[in-house]
Amino acid sequence: MSYNSLGARVRVYLDNGTTTPVAREVLDAMLPYFTEKFGHPVFPYSLGLEAAEAVERSQRAVAGTINAKPEEIIFTSGATQSNDMAIRGVAYANRHRGRHIITTKVENPSVLRVCERLEREGFKVDYLPVDSEGFVDTAELERKLTEETILVSVANVNDEIGTIEPVEEIGEILRGRREKIYFHVNAAAGYGKVRIDVKKMGADLLSLSAHKVHGPKGVGALFVAEETPIEPVSYGYISLFKLRPGTENVPGIVGFGRAAELMAENFDRDVSCMRRLRDKLMAGLEEIPYTVINGPRGDKRSPANVSCSFKGVEGESMMLHLDLHGISVATGSACSTTKLEPSHVLTAIGVKAAVAHGTIRFTLGRYNTEEEIDYTLSVVPRVVEQLRRISPVKPEQL
Amino acid sequence: MTVDYTERGMLKYSEKLLERFRNPKNIGEMENPTVVAEEGDPQCGDMFRMFLKIENDRIVDARFLSFGCAANIATGDVTVDLIKGKTVDEAEKLQIKEIAEALGGLPAIKMHCAVLSYKTLKKALAEYRKTRSGAGPQG
Repeated sequence: MSYNSLGARVRVYLDNGTTTPVAREVLDAMLPYFTEKFGHPVFPYSLGLEAAEAVERSQRAVAGTINAKPEEIIFTSGATQSNDMAIRGVAYANRHRGRHIITTKVENPSVLRVCERLEREGFKVDYLPVDSEGFVDTAELERKLTEETILVSVANVNDEIGTIEPVEEIGEILRGRREKIYFHVNAAAGYGKVRIDVKKMGADLLSLSAHKVHGPKGVGALFVAEETPIEPVSYGYISLFKLRPGTENVPGIVGFGRAAELMAENFDRDVSCMRRLRDKLMAGLEEIPYTVINGPRGDKRSPANVSCSFKGVEGESMMLHLDLHGISVATGSACSTTKLEPSHVLTAIGVKAAVAHGTIRFTLGRYNTEEEIDYTLSVVPRVVEQLRRISPVKPEQL
Repeated sequence: MTVDYTERGMLKYSEKLLERFRNPKNIGEMENPTVVAEEGDPQCGDMFRMFLKIENDRIVDARFLSFGCAANIATGDVTVDLIKGKTVDEAEKLQIKEIAEALGGLPAIKMHCAVLSYKTLKKALAEYRKTRSGAGPQG
């Protein structure tokens, strides 16, 4: 932990793409639902009704942020569960029509692992390539579509490099087909960063997580457009949602609803603020020699994401050194995970493994300030230089 | 397909390892080393270069450079400490598990870091033996 010029401890949180702090207003809204308003929403006595009403209020709040109907929102444990429910649920319910699914090489593991499971169950999955900035090849999508295709799944924003994918264009392509092809959008990384309109996207299913937008962890949502054939992937006592049995996380759902309202109220201000800080951070980092920005620039990039590869430096060491200076970031380095391959996203956009290992992801949230960016830009070049000094790998060789 | 459900994504380093990572004592270049050896590959995300200064078959100084994670830096640093002042024969007896133990243990997926620093040391010592035998009995 470091100290700023005023002697205060510094904690600069630049890993909002991983998770965010809960907003004060969100916590305040949640608290009564742990102790006083603790009822089970399935029972029609007053405590139950109170809880059910709270869940419905959150359905309206979340629906309002994506142009959906409240009854099209199902609460889940987070986007990971939403993705599984959407992909397997639609695959199973439509397998009589075909067993072909299309996704991309740069999806979150919560999409890729589910698709791999379906492959083992006899489905055929195509993984679309992306270009050097991470944009999905829509022409390749059109070529891959067959009579057998039942589902396409693409994230609207890439969680590692911030690429804003052409989901509306994809929705348009799918709408033009004779056979209905369901379209799932994992919007966990895009929520609160880009406007989401399920009708414009032509999305039939869309996944969200509360904790990426200053809501609590362990709660998310799945939007399922009316009349989408979908099978539940887990079974049990049905409370409010047949697709997701089990007792609802009512305090979490209340928190998500409040976080969604705050997100909508602050959207324009938050996005323009994050974009300004993003561009300042990116420009400052680019002044460090042998530094590469991953992903696109400008309007096609998430306002919250800066992904940077520092050649000759290893990402985990970088992350831990920045932590000593009070700065929290994520790394694309294989060494910080339990597998030893570099990030599949960086590999897909053509970043060499030796460079990918030196990747740091900075992600912004509502509460970051310009002073924090100034401080970060005063620390990062020193840490990069320090690590390059002890490295046998020279950046100019990579 | 079965899954090891006890596996965690989280890495937990020992305090000893973190201290070595934060303040490595033996990292940096060495001028006029007796031998230099390199192991690893930046493509795989870790690489060592080890410098040994050997006088009368005794390692009088050792240093290393690292491209790698916290465990990589810490294992390199502790390996160098474990062999400094020892004879070449003694250094050759060093075992991978001694490196890990000196750090208060290593997460299973980081054992390859100890293996890599061990291999670099072995390579350096073999290199030394080779130059010695090449130089003949007077060398």
